[in-house]
Amino acid sequence: MPDFSRVWDVLVIGGGNAALCAAVTARQAGCSVLLIESAPKAFRGGNSRHTRNMRTMHTEPTSVLTEAYLEDEYWDDLLRVTGGQTDEHLARMTIRLTTDALRFMEASGVRFQPSLSGTLSLSRTNAFFLGGGKALVNAYYALAERLGIDILYDTEAVDLRMEDGFVREVAITHRGFPETVRAKAVVASSGGFQADLEWLEKGWGPAARNFLIRGTPYAKGVVLRNLLDQGVASVGDPTQCHAVAIDGRAPKFDGGIATRLDCVPFSVVVNKDGERFYDEGEDVWPKRYAIWGRLVAQQPDQVGYAIIDAKSETLFMPSVFPPIKADSVGELAVKLGLEPAKVEATIAGFNAACVPGEFNSTRLDGCRTEGLTPPKTHWARPITEPPFIGYPLRPGITFTYLGVKVDENARVRMDDGRPSANLFASGEIMAGSILGKGYLAGFGMAIGSVFGRIAGREAARNARN
Amino acid sequence: MRETEATAEARRALEVCNACRYCEGFCAVFPAMTLRREFSSGDLSYLANLCHNCRGCYYSCQYAPPHPWNINVPQVLAQVRAETYEEYAWPASLVGLYRRNGTVVSLAAAAGIALTLLFTMALVDPSILYTAQTGPGAFYRVIPWWLMVTLAGGTFTFAVVVLIIGFVRFWRDTGGRAEEFAQGRPLMTALHDIFTLKNLGGGGGGCNDVDEGFSQVRRRFHHFMFYGFLLCFASTSTATVYDHFLGLVAPYPFWSLPVQLGTWGGVGMVIGTAGLIWTKIVSDPAPAARNLRGSEYAMLSLLLLIAATGLLLLALRHTGAMGVILAVHLGLVFSFFLVMPYSKMVHGVYRSAALFRHALERRPSPPPPGNKPSDRALGSAA
Repeated sequence: MPDFSRVWDVLVIGGGNAALCAAVTARQAGCSVLLIESAPKAFRGGNSRHTRNMRTMHTEPTSVLTEAYLEDEYWDDLLRVTGGQTDEHLARMTIRLTTDALRFMEASGVRFQPSLSGTLSLSRTNAFFLGGGKALVNAYYALAERLGIDILYDTEAVDLRMEDGFVREVAITHRGFPETVRAKAVVASSGGFQADLEWLEKGWGPAARNFLIRGTPYAKGVVLRNLLDQGVASVGDPTQCHAVAIDGRAPKFDGGIATRLDCVPFSVVVNKDGERFYDEGEDVWPKRYAIWGRLVAQQPDQVGYAIIDAKSETLFMPSVFPPIKADSVGELAVKLGLEPAKVEATIAGFNAACVPGEFNSTRLDGCRTEGLTPPKTHWARPITEPPFIGYPLRPGITFTYLGVKVDENARVRMDDGRPSANLFASGEIMAGSILGKGYLAGFGMAIGSVFGRIAGREAARNARN
Repeated sequence: MRETEATAEARRALEVCNACRYCEGFCAVFPAMTLRREFSSGDLSYLANLCHNCRGCYYSCQYAPPHPWNINVPQVLAQVRAETYEEYAWPASLVGLYRRNGTVVSLAAAAGIALTLLFTMALVDPSILYTAQTGPGAFYRVIPWWLMVTLAGGTFTFAVVVLIIGFVRFWRDTGGRAEEFAQGRPLMTALHDIFTLKNLGGGGGGCNDVDEGFSQVRRRFHHFMFYGFLLCFASTSTATVYDHFLGLVAPYPFWSLPVQLGTWGGVGMVIGTAGLIWTKIVSDPAPAARNLRGSEYAMLSLLLLIAATGLLLLALRHTGAMGVILAVHLGLVFSFFLVMPYSKMVHGVYRSAALFRHALERRPSPPPPGNKPSDRALGSAA
């Protein structure tokens, strides 16, 4: 049982990558640090557990990255996915600091995979954690323990008692018991609210009940709500979340990366009425991966069904759940719980509309349909060869955009524009300051690592003054 | 390879792994896995023996227990691995020796010592056992040369024959062909992986030998044991040459080649086996297959005893204790050869075969389906 009567220099709320970067940085600056993680030890690390890489600027090849990836190209990539909903100053600063963040990570014991063959485009832009995000989180916790950071699991912040922008104390529950923590400076790194289904429902209506949450069940946005209620300035669209289409059989929470389905570009996707609703072959899959969560979320009962035939069976990553197979389209429809006649008609209509062409799964091949609404503009091949294979799709929520507004020192802003006296934020809880829309692979970890370090540094400076 | 509960569980786990692939940087199992979309029982046998039980994948797994998917790859592959030892054993009537293997190895060791002592007492004047014997032929006055050669040669030949049969059965079951052995380069790659224990490197920084921290201790202790064992084997081989071709009769002086090889080999084996036993005792049991521990402890202990009695023999060979120590040492060696093909020692055969199979698979070929950039693009939530 920790001594809750003492005053820590820095309290870090959260237990993922950003929180750990902040805690380690503050501790290395000489502060006493308490880190509270709402999850039990086995599930520590928030959404970082499910991550795999960090998008990193670099001017020359490194041990883990090939070629070079410069600020302007990184910024252009970000601009494209956000459609301009970003803060150029903060974004460029984040981009520049990823180079140094990578060094910090390596020095902290985080291990990376050696740069891959070079044929994979992401080995240039993204540094891959050896073993993924849970291994990264393990490395940081091991370092935190060595440094003497106090770590409490099963410990949730419920109320940051603020007075005029100053956090006086923080009410917590420690293994279910109410306690109060006092610290000179506080870093909020407690993530978004995507695991709070009722909150999601406010933006999406009853459809949100059918959403699956890919990441941690512990990101309930308690701290975010608490701060916004006390006049902390917000950023990001409160009704929006990042959703991808995942296997409909995935668990409600924590299904992670394995639940992804890459078959959409090669398939016909129908809704529960057996009707198509969008161009499955619009672009290469990484670029279109993120729009399908939203598309499926807009369908009745928030469900879709991707249907392929034997020709496409091995063109994409294996799925974690077995494919549903049948010898005819009608039989497959029955197995998927769809009206066979409708699905047969949709597939027949699609098959008839396919224009002959040279199929190529690795590029935009122009194999398309003609006279079909909506069209399929690439990889359109008649679905004729048994076995016919189906996968159910559901929206999988990755993160929410609503967050607290911070400045370049990770210091939280109040509604009236004044900075908080001792509250800092890093990670998903403030990512909306930079990422207002869309997503760029490995950018969440970039924001978390960069702002985690800034928040730790500034909180330490604040605590010492 | 037959279908069992363990193979079903291994298949379930690897299907999750194959959809995740975060562990591809750790060891050979994961790149080998991604070459397949479905796992036959032969594939599982191969992958189980390719696994070096380094446990990096367990501690980094987002689906490890208490996650409801309950993925524990090192544990289930260890269980499958143990079943492969039974599967390929010859004769089939002796596969029962793999169950309760700790007991079997312990009893064999005890019986080996007892029988050697009894034989010795029956064949030579018992007083020789207790009096100092020195000079050329001292050992053979305790245990006659013909008996030593018959027992050692017989048990060793038997072990080699059984191991070869197991190797052939494994090779066939995992889809191998005889002509593949003509491929020099994969063979060299496999030998490199075997002699360096590359797959206990955990992708560079070591394995999770004890807990979620990384270390190289298991690899180093295994090197001590393995190279110690090879030095001892070299010692025996050199001694055979000395005896048969040079007419030099044991015991040899301390600075002679056989004694030097045996001494340092013995020291290596003591350090290695004791270290591995210690590692096993202190390591986190969660990713381990509990039913295999008896087998592992028994074989490590037997090797430790062989090395320790060998060194003791060296230290006391000029005294009256030599006779008993020699009989005990040789009793342990004979029982080791006898149980070797029905013990944890077979892992060396199947793991080497699996590494060779992996080296053959790694030859340049078109990338497998699913290895597109998108694999990685999607690898990052948040």
